[in-house]
Amino acid sequence: MLRLEGVSHSYEGRAVLRDISLDLAEHRVGVIGANGSGKSTLARTLNGLVLPDRGRVSLGEWDTRRHAKHIRRRVGFVFSDAANQIIMPTVAEDVEIGLRALRLGRAETARRVDAVLERYGLADHRDHPGHLLSGGQKQLLALASVLVTEPEILVCDEPTTLLDLRNTRMVHRTLAGLDQRVVLFTHDLDLLTGFDRVLVMSEGRVAFDGLPADAVAFYTELMDSEPLEPGEPGPATAPRAGTGE
Amino acid sequence: MSVIGLYVPGTGPLHRIAAGPKLLALLVAGAALLIAAHLWAALGALAASLLLYPLVGLHPRRALGVLRALWPFLLAIGVFQTLFVGAWAEGARLCAQLAALVLLANAVTLTTRVREMLDLFERLARPLRHVGVNPDRVALVLALTIRSIPMVATAWHAAREGYRARGLSGRPHLLVVPVIVQLLRMADATGEALVARGIDEDTRVRTD
Repeated sequence: MLRLEGVSHSYEGRAVLRDISLDLAEHRVGVIGANGSGKSTLARTLNGLVLPDRGRVSLGEWDTRRHAKHIRRRVGFVFSDAANQIIMPTVAEDVEIGLRALRLGRAETARRVDAVLERYGLADHRDHPGHLLSGGQKQLLALASVLVTEPEILVCDEPTTLLDLRNTRMVHRTLAGLDQRVVLFTHDLDLLTGFDRVLVMSEGRVAFDGLPADAVAFYTELMDSEPLEPGEPGPATAPRAGTGE
Repeated sequence: MSVIGLYVPGTGPLHRIAAGPKLLALLVAGAALLIAAHLWAALGALAASLLLYPLVGLHPRRALGVLRALWPFLLAIGVFQTLFVGAWAEGARLCAQLAALVLLANAVTLTTRVREMLDLFERLARPLRHVGVNPDRVALVLALTIRSIPMVATAWHAAREGYRARGLSGRPHLLVVPVIVQLLRMADATGEALVARGIDEDTRVRTD
């Protein structure tokens, strides 16, 4: 189980995460929130990409400060811009390089690469340059490159932000079909259908924690209540707990 | 897409040869060509390099693409040698040597998976472990260098489109700053992806 205990973090004196404590044990957890609410920083703390200024993020007995290497092998991460995640020139090579650290041997590496390319419909593109794939295919490649290492948990930071509706649905179907636990950070509220739990982030805190429908209603109300222009008044919102915790 | 590099899937004779022998042959051919330093040998090597493409199952347009990319350099060398040195035969030899070598190197690149090339460089760099060099990292740097070519092209096209969309034209030097900024962002994101994928873990593991 991923556990956050009193996690706080600042960038250049600006607090982006404020004393967050959570246990993330559900199969599907969604996180929504406005731009600048701390979602991406929170996502990055989950596999040690960001080490919080205060508090602890742990997976079982390991914490990200001391055992980042082990945690990253168990917690995969998918970014919003898949193009930046592609490291190797061709599709198959990009999937394969993630396995290097595991030292699996040639036969097992080849078997895993073939299987994952087949599963995500990329087998016909295996020798194509990754950067020439369509946006949806790039995101599938990013997913395949992470999933080939067989992580227990997948953290996705806005994986559909740059995609059109068709590709968004394709990524949605792919995520829905995964056996792994998924923590999805998104602006796309439709992706949260069927999720077990959704958190709403606001100003570095978890402002709501509950079922998807309630979380979306809370988030919508929160967005409607916030001023659009500096100085424009809007009703204050107090953090509250939903049914999830 | 770049006319030079990357791997083209195929089953031709060059595809079936391992990266090591191919690179060794390239090295020997290059050394022989430079040591011979003979016009007809250079022209013969150029003709052979051009013939090599269809013989190993590569489309001749790939060879022509290389020559198209090279011609400004060949022209500059030829003009310099003829006008300023007064040695047109020397200029022709240098041009033929350069074109033949680039064609041969490109044929090796087109028929060798980057993965094979990296494995080879990793093996070659292994002795350097004793002086503190990490062979994995050498291979990774090479891979990222190859990967960064289309990234630079993407950043340049994006900056140029933004420039044109604002009704501006000419003064291409104004694109340099936005391209560099974009490349730095891309590099930062790629670095983060490397860490997230556990490919370059040592730098991020903390023991405190």
